[in-house]
Amino acid sequence: MFAARGSKAASEPAQNHTESGTVMKIHEYQAKAILKKYSVAVPRGEMAESREQAEAAAKRLFDAGASGVVIKAQIHAGGRGKGGGVKIAKSVAEAAELASKILGMTLVTHQTGPEGRVVRRLLIEETLPIEKELYLGIVIDRVEAKPVFMASAAGGMEIEQVAAENPDAILKEYVEPGMGLEAFQARKLAFKLGLKPPQINEAVRFMTGLFRAFQETDSSLLEINPFVSCTDGRLFALDAKINFDDNALFRHPDLRELRDTTEEDPLEVEASKYSLNYIKLDGNVGCMVNGAGLAMATMDIIKYAGGMPANFLDVGGGANSEQVTHAFEILLSDKNVKAVLINIFGGILRVDTLATGVVEAAQKTKIQLPIVLRLEGTNVEAGREILKQSGLNFIVADTMKDAAEKVVAAAAA
Amino acid sequence: MSILVDKSTRVIVQGLTGREGTFHAKACAEYGTKIVGGVTPGKGGTTHEGWPIFNTVQEAVDKTGADASVIFVPPPFAADAIMEAADAEVELIVCITEGIPTLDMVRAWEYLQNRRSRLIGPNCPGIISPGKCKIGIMPARIHLEGSVGIVSRSGTLTYEAVYQLTTRGIGQSTAIGIGGDPIIGTNFLDALELFNKDPQTEVVVMIGEIGGNAEETAAEYVKSRMKKPVVGFIAGQTAPPGRRMGHAGAIISGGKGTAAEKIKAMEAAGIRVAKSPAEIGETVVAAMGVAAKA
Repeated sequence: MFAARGSKAASEPAQNHTESGTVMKIHEYQAKAILKKYSVAVPRGEMAESREQAEAAAKRLFDAGASGVVIKAQIHAGGRGKGGGVKIAKSVAEAAELASKILGMTLVTHQTGPEGRVVRRLLIEETLPIEKELYLGIVIDRVEAKPVFMASAAGGMEIEQVAAENPDAILKEYVEPGMGLEAFQARKLAFKLGLKPPQINEAVRFMTGLFRAFQETDSSLLEINPFVSCTDGRLFALDAKINFDDNALFRHPDLRELRDTTEEDPLEVEASKYSLNYIKLDGNVGCMVNGAGLAMATMDIIKYAGGMPANFLDVGGGANSEQVTHAFEILLSDKNVKAVLINIFGGILRVDTLATGVVEAAQKTKIQLPIVLRLEGTNVEAGREILKQSGLNFIVADTMKDAAEKVVAAAAA
Repeated sequence: MSILVDKSTRVIVQGLTGREGTFHAKACAEYGTKIVGGVTPGKGGTTHEGWPIFNTVQEAVDKTGADASVIFVPPPFAADAIMEAADAEVELIVCITEGIPTLDMVRAWEYLQNRRSRLIGPNCPGIISPGKCKIGIMPARIHLEGSVGIVSRSGTLTYEAVYQLTTRGIGQSTAIGIGGDPIIGTNFLDALELFNKDPQTEVVVMIGEIGGNAEETAAEYVKSRMKKPVVGFIAGQTAPPGRRMGHAGAIISGGKGTAAEKIKAMEAAGIRVAKSPAEIGETVVAAMGVAAKA
């Protein structure tokens, strides 16, 4: 029986498990290419970026004996099947038709947000005679401070749902630092998953290979959902999701090449070029803060004052004039922003240096929006003087509360 | 008394000859911290800004009698620096570095088990016992010696809380930044245990954020064992799920690790939680009123 399954990769792993650093995501076809190198069985398939390429790939698969092909939209989000981005074709012609329909479509899933993603790439894969759908996942458990290899017989479902409804259904093997997933651990999981004796050796190769891939690529999350057992006993990764620890990318130049910035928010991509930590939100009060905790607290206090933050932006400890200019430009690119709050507590970052940067940035970008500043820390008096002398219309606040109230009022005006 | 660091603490700086190391070592020394040397492999035998430089942590410890180390080493080498300090049995290791690969910290954490060193951090501003010792990058002048213990995952938000206290004439016994990463050496629970036993500390402030369950675990301890009032604040009440808010460990995953859950657990444990970050100071004042009566 052929089963068409969308990729049901889970959104984020359950709470004790974490993704480290920020993450870099890749497409399913890229993840499968990596896994192949680690002896993890993946269905035969090719990436296609056009109808012609899809047609040629489908032909090669049918010629090689496939009884059907799956056309899978490649976006950095799960739920593609439900969203209509995964279809089965029984002929080359049908494959070409489906490919041209899916390419260029705006695919909306529960993970893309209502605006969806434009599909630019496809994975054309052979269909398989699936008997069982299982789940395999690897993350780092932050409480145990160890990688944990998870498995579940409830494949093809959202793993969070399984974790919430039936936590005992998720099997776990912790991996000791300095070791890999041991064969006996893989066997424990394989037998508990109900795999048959003739499948066990392959399951061990598959699972230990998965763990080596996780470790050697400095992955933060690796999920195979579903991990399928076929009617003929073969095991495959039907879907594959690998996220990478951003902090480790410096030692993986080949993985950096896989980044697809068209899948990321353009403002966030822009911000990352200048080492600005930026996350776009929905509100109209732009914020610029030094320090992640203070930045989150600033978003919180804006909400308390009755406003809605437009973004999270942590300029870190090194906000010079150039960076502040870039930060302003990014905030200004968000048309929703009606007022800006700059909340800086200067430790290493000197407040007068920052104030100079703000004045220069305001002059350069000719920003018309009201800017509320709340500054504290090293050289704060000198900083406030610079703002006063600039002749620009800055609103200087004393406390965080005062600043939040002023900026919310300014945004509403 | 304060916790972990005081006037007698002797500190070596791993990465002293680098730009960050030099800048902050000088600031700490100016404050009165006993910086006794630095470690930069290959520069042993030289001096830097008047301090002796050693090739290895072991040699530095042998020659200076240091009992603490602060690490200003870039991310690719920082986990190794932590392990080297642990191998030399340095009692307190403070790792400032942000951006250490998580799998490196998995190994470093394992290495620390059953060894004598305590790690603070990584990705943290450090630790300060006002009037006695500063090991880290926090602005010293906003601190005041006193009886409030502070433990926080944040950097500048901690300074904000300290400032609210100092401007009210309320001093601090020790402020520890435990850091924003998911795998850290010292957690809320560890700090609370130390503050609980410290005669100088009368009230404790814990500043958390979304992600993980460290605050919930600490709340359990507060409920059953804490003898002093605790004030709390959780940043990220408005953070969207699934996004990493700056800190590596600040992410709501699978619906867990939300600010709301943490606040609920903390309040159930009797912790006075300030809902707005601007109210941390006042909340401590109220808690101190209770402490004074106790």
